[in-house]
Amino acid sequence: MVEVQPLISTDRGRQLDFHHTTPTESEVWQLLELVPDPELPMVSVVDLGIVRSAKLQQHEQHWLVQVTPTYSGCPATDFIASEVHHTLKRAGVPNRVETVLSPAWCSTWMTQKGRTALKQAGIAPPLDDITTLACPQCGSLHVALLNQFGSTACKALYRCNSCLEPFDYFKTI
Amino acid sequence: MSHCYATQGHDSLNQYILHLADNPLVLAQRLCELCTHGPILEEETALMNTSLDLFGQARNWLDYAVARNPQLGDCDALAMGRDERQFLNLLLCEQDNGNFANTMTRQYLFDVWHHLTLNALCLSQDSQIAAIAAKSIKEVDYHQQRSRNWVIRLGDGTQQSHDYMQSAINDLWSFTDELFVQGDEELQLVAQGIAANQADIEGQWRAIVSQTMAEATLTLPAECFQKFGGKQGEHSEPFGLMLAEMQSLYRAHPGAVW
Repeated sequence: MVEVQPLISTDRGRQLDFHHTTPTESEVWQLLELVPDPELPMVSVVDLGIVRSAKLQQHEQHWLVQVTPTYSGCPATDFIASEVHHTLKRAGVPNRVETVLSPAWCSTWMTQKGRTALKQAGIAPPLDDITTLACPQCGSLHVALLNQFGSTACKALYRCNSCLEPFDYFKTI
Repeated sequence: MSHCYATQGHDSLNQYILHLADNPLVLAQRLCELCTHGPILEEETALMNTSLDLFGQARNWLDYAVARNPQLGDCDALAMGRDERQFLNLLLCEQDNGNFANTMTRQYLFDVWHHLTLNALCLSQDSQIAAIAAKSIKEVDYHQQRSRNWVIRLGDGTQQSHDYMQSAINDLWSFTDELFVQGDEELQLVAQGIAANQADIEGQWRAIVSQTMAEATLTLPAECFQKFGGKQGEHSEPFGLMLAEMQSLYRAHPGAVW
């Protein structure tokens, strides 16, 4: 039985609270893992590789969290920065979120956990070698590109010629 | 107006950044006009995704211009508050969508230039210019693959699609010499290792475009009257109409947010 988490991070309850203590860096990362990507809610922003660093600023008594957009025009960028900020703030972690562009986001930053979650949701995770692309539904390698640009900036649309289902492929960049 | 751009002091680097911003901004707006008018659903999705990438890139450049000079206000003020003569985009980017052959030819000619220019800017001495270029080029790589595929498929397609493509290339070729024109201020930025050197890019662009056109069985116009001025703010007639539509909401409700 797979445990299904509520899609909205604020509905997930407060499991970690630091209103009276200072969290460790790994505890801050645990909090950050609670923030889902708004367009791919099965994957956290940490598993997508969007959160680049979380460091306690000693003199300013707050955490500096660096995030980077997947694509320049991704409409979720501002929302993600705001969700990251408020998730930490609600748990009692003062923070400032900064958007950085360099180094540019790279699909290899996606974690194995993130790749597995994407595949389970019917989205093929990014590949180094596109010829190994398999249908996430039936596993067939007999697939065809329908469109290099899919339902969001980060995806392309493919069709499986074996099971005839269309599917999204998370592009390699 | 609080964001009166014309009164700001002259800054040649910011002018260059605005040029880099206005190319994707204006082309993105043109592509947006095709929303709900795409030839097929998948193609419309691709056009809008390309537009979205370009808007995002324009925003990064405009944000940087504002970071360098906070008196400019914000990126919305720059995109929506400037007048026609203050836009520094290439004339190619502002041309009408026309038919699908015109749209894809314009896209391909720009994508090749854009890719080469961003590639050079990845090595810019200005670290933020290099960062924005490195981010953008990954997206432009996909734009170029797609527009190249269309140029070849339509050029080397039916007699009708070939004729439409040849007509599009003949029309748009007038705006291609402008891609490589650089004024004294921009050349100074080239000398400082900040701006891309278009003298280097021109040869590469011509070689790549010639090869694709040959593959597409299309002929490059031998001699063609060339038009210039976009980079100095002198735009072609369709631009004012496009800008009026793009800016109408912002100008009716300046500073509105939701």
